[in-house]
Amino acid sequence: MAGNIEVNKGDSLIISSSPHLLSKENVHRIMYTVILALIPAVAASVYFYRLNAVILLLVCTITAVVTEFLVQRFMKKSTTAFDGSAAITGLLLALTLPPSFPIFGAVLGSVFAVAIGKQIFGGLGFNIFNPALLGRAFLQATYPVLITTWHDPVAASVMVDVVSTATPLALMKFEGVMTPYWPLLFGNVAGSLGETSAIAILIGGLFLRLRGYVNWKLPLGYLGSMAVFGGIFWLIDPSKYPDPLFHITAGGAMLGAWFMITDMVTSPTTPKGQWIFAIGAGVLAVTIRLFGGLPEGVMYSILLMNAIVPILNRYTRPKVFGAVKQAADRAGGSSR
Amino acid sequence: MAKKTLTYEFVKGIWRENAVIKMLLGMCPALAVTNSASNGLAMGLASTFVVAASGLMVSLIRRIVPGGVRIPTYIIIIATFVTLAELFLKAYLPDISKSLGPYIPLIIVNCMIMGRAEFFASKHPVTPAVVDALGTGIGFTWVLVVLGAIREVLGSGSIFGFAFLGEKIFTPWVVMVLPAGAFLSLGLMIGVINYFTLRKRRAA
Repeated sequence: MAGNIEVNKGDSLIISSSPHLLSKENVHRIMYTVILALIPAVAASVYFYRLNAVILLLVCTITAVVTEFLVQRFMKKSTTAFDGSAAITGLLLALTLPPSFPIFGAVLGSVFAVAIGKQIFGGLGFNIFNPALLGRAFLQATYPVLITTWHDPVAASVMVDVVSTATPLALMKFEGVMTPYWPLLFGNVAGSLGETSAIAILIGGLFLRLRGYVNWKLPLGYLGSMAVFGGIFWLIDPSKYPDPLFHITAGGAMLGAWFMITDMVTSPTTPKGQWIFAIGAGVLAVTIRLFGGLPEGVMYSILLMNAIVPILNRYTRPKVFGAVKQAADRAGGSSR
Repeated sequence: MAKKTLTYEFVKGIWRENAVIKMLLGMCPALAVTNSASNGLAMGLASTFVVAASGLMVSLIRRIVPGGVRIPTYIIIIATFVTLAELFLKAYLPDISKSLGPYIPLIIVNCMIMGRAEFFASKHPVTPAVVDALGTGIGFTWVLVVLGAIREVLGSGSIFGFAFLGEKIFTPWVVMVLPAGAFLSLGLMIGVINYFTLRKRRAA
């Protein structure tokens, strides 16, 4: 913020060190804008799953913030618990959980996401993996049964007893049944909290894009490569493989594309690296969906690509303007 | 090198130069077999036997082995004792032998044992060599038991096979008995130990 420039009221000349042009951006502002962008998705999940969604969202968000506060207290660091980043981790984690997930599991996942996923690496800006997805992956390995128990949102919203059902991706994979687009877009299909309504997430994502907090290459590359790579298989055998539109509207693709893969900390910094990152993740996600053991591949696709971000950053460094090839090579070699 | 007492040689392997938590040797068995406390104990004791016996042997023949062939010689000695341990477990503790599987023969390539033979037993008389090996073995054993206990309590809700946490009050964390749980708990264990060691050193 405007820390080192005093507002010049009189005619006196004020000398200060650079930077002289300051924007209003800071971590708080970005984080709370992202939370604002998540509101449609949160609202959709509350609409479909009522109390279950409210409890999960609250538990995850509060646990994440409290964990960040306590860990930083313990490490004797100044706290960043209220800058919104921990709250986002909690919210995103809750959005990846099935509505019937037990509270102790949600607490465990949030603690893991913030303490192991983020603080152990040094806090915001130093984490290698997306903390929310890491928490989700930990829960997937810890409670493999609980995290794959899905409920029918329509039944849940009219408050009858919970009806267990399969997600559209599992239906496609294990039973060969296709879910029509309209429910996929609108959201009354089974899935995790934020997985159901593609439109709600799209609204939030486009809002973030308008504010300039989302690098358009990442969602476009991710969804685009999912559609193209999935579409190739669809063209080969339409009766066996789902079509491109299904790929990008079902499951966690939208949430992953707008809120997970676009994480500023865990995505590459160079344009070429961003393309490789997003397209690679899309291809991985489709590969896991069609040929892997799990019905959904968004989580692992993003986590796997997160792991190679440092390599992408190193090898896709843009050429220095006007530099001769040899000089560029030498510069690249010496930094190794 | 200053002459050091036998007590020093014994104690250093338990904490100060502990194979797993300080020198990061013998990672493969420490990660692979510690899904229960009893497996960790069995692996630790078997390795203690092998490291002590091969330490004795290597120290005895240290003057007659030509330098060029010392490593193959050590490997043959270690392999002999590993085979002894393996056959003993198969004959008297078939259950443990079955649950440890291929990791008993793999003690041969445990770098902790090779390290003791190369860096200590081959340069010292018999008594310190055996004492050093025993200390290293006991240090290895306790880490494996503690690691196994942590993973067993969290991953199966039991300890040494005794289930004290019912399904009702605690849903086991499946991840802890999987390889990922081994890496997580060993990493956190070493991290916590380092944190407190460094803090003490800084305070002193």
